Amino acid sequence: MADLRPDLRTILARIEPGSRALDIGCGDGALMAALRDGKRVDARGIEIDGACVERCVAQGLSVVQGDADRDLAFYPDGAFDYAILSQTLQTAARPDHMLAELLRVGRRAFVSFPNFAYWRMRWALMSRGRMPVTRHLPVSWYETANIHHVTVKDFEELAAQLGIAIENRWFFTREREISGPGANWRAEYALFEVSRRA
Amino acid sequence: MRRAQVRRRMNAAPPHQRLTLPDPLPLDSGQVLERVDIAYESYGELAADKGNAILVCHALTGDQYLASTHPITGKPGWWERMVGPGLPIDTDRYHVICANVIGSCMGSTGPASLAPDGRPYGMRFPVITIRDMVRGLVGLLDAMEIGQLHAVVGGSMGGMQALSLAANFPDRAARVLAIATTARHSAQNIAFHEVGRQAIMADPNWREGDYYGEGKAPDAGLAVARMAAHITYLSEEGLTEKFGRRLQAKEDGRPGEKTFGFDADFQVESYLRYQGSGFTRRFDANSYLYITRAMDYFDIAEEHGGKLADAFAGSSARFCLVSFDSDWLYPTAESRHVVHALNAAGAPVSFVELSAPFGHDSFLLDVPALDRVVRGFLDG
Repeated sequence: MADLRPDLRTILARIEPGSRALDIGCGDGALMAALRDGKRVDARGIEIDGACVERCVAQGLSVVQGDADRDLAFYPDGAFDYAILSQTLQTAARPDHMLAELLRVGRRAFVSFPNFAYWRMRWALMSRGRMPVTRHLPVSWYETANIHHVTVKDFEELAAQLGIAIENRWFFTREREISGPGANWRAEYALFEVSRRA
Repeated sequence: MRRAQVRRRMNAAPPHQRLTLPDPLPLDSGQVLERVDIAYESYGELAADKGNAILVCHALTGDQYLASTHPITGKPGWWERMVGPGLPIDTDRYHVICANVIGSCMGSTGPASLAPDGRPYGMRFPVITIRDMVRGLVGLLDAMEIGQLHAVVGGSMGGMQALSLAANFPDRAARVLAIATTARHSAQNIAFHEVGRQAIMADPNWREGDYYGEGKAPDAGLAVARMAAHITYLSEEGLTEKFGRRLQAKEDGRPGEKTFGFDADFQVESYLRYQGSGFTRRFDANSYLYITRAMDYFDIAEEHGGKLADAFAGSSARFCLVSFDSDWLYPTAESRHVVHALNAAGAPVSFVELSAPFGHDSFLLDVPALDRVVRGFLDG
């Protein structure tokens, strides 16, 4: 648990023991294993990378190799208490559809993403006039999987448009949680807990 | 002298370990098999609570000699690289059972077995389904007083049995591992099988299936069936790598050349002929007809009102499906179709497409990633 990324640690702390969770883009299954072992959570995963899936299955985790854009549709409505989409929203073909799908299969969702309005991004774009390559977004524009860059403000606006309630928000810079004010400048990435508006 | 006679007789009919089911077996066709023998092999100790049993289901031309020497060919068991002490299906931990399916020819009741009238069934043997095979296997488990398996495991037709067991006997297995398989036979799958069946039935020695005791079996037809099927088990890449357009060397060691005739000039021809003729020494042509028919009839969704998810609605098992990127017989899309149904049914399922160059046969060959997935899934 100590080596979990800070956004995943926050998610782990928030999830109710014994609940059902779907981790979309679960990677090597670190969060799923922590949820299963620490909180008896019935955790399922979707991961596109075969080598990651193999490592998950070898830990006894239930992970399906697939593409969330396509495969999420096969999960029934309300199958999970939580849907988790960490650092993946910006790679979706249609992030708005993806958000709607998260809250179709899950009662609540955790969504984390790199904040493109982080001041280092702004500075890189303004001073050099080029797409920023940073520690947190280390890949050049032509080969990045991040096809839909998003900022804290953009996300909040989209949530409002889609009628999604923001229950909680957390911000992180240099792997540390930071306070809320000025987060759209100061946060390297953000984590939101959202639910369907009642 | 006498001992030699006994040995000769045993060679003719290998002393398979087998069990006769206490009751007749009702079949999907509506017919009933009166007396059913199930031949099986087992490995590893059964725990006192009988909770460590794993049933491995074999493929079309497989048999119960999973991890022990085949009594006819003398070759190692068909999954010795996977099953044994310390191996992914670890016989130090699990009691592993593998049984010959009904309809086959290695000791379980099939078309070559004697019917109640004392003559071989031949084509009087009822047409069976994959679910009927599974009924036979469940009968064996009942006789062994094994309630819930730790896991049911199978590749290809073995995977079909694993899925069928999960759908029809949902409380009999805690884990279901289905490798390189499908929940239904496609038109292409049926088409290839039909080629094989027609090859057998076109052989004059087939005699409408009534060739037992005639001294001549439809070996030529069965060999062609095996050759055609064998191509579907390999990948084009694998064939090209293994044989390319290389010519077969002469028996005296001289390099091969085109004969401008119809000998096996190419290495791939020679290989297929060898596969075909070797197969006829251990397999019964009528069994090939019956088992391919069972596979063609296989469609789990059809058995459950047309919706595959409904087939698994009552299951509490954990599932794992594995496909191979070079398998064009049961391609990844077929496994994904099952996975989507299991997702819809809310079942815990893992799925991974592994990369391997050997086509459908990858599940039998050296693919270390498969070993890791099998071990992780069974031990998890």
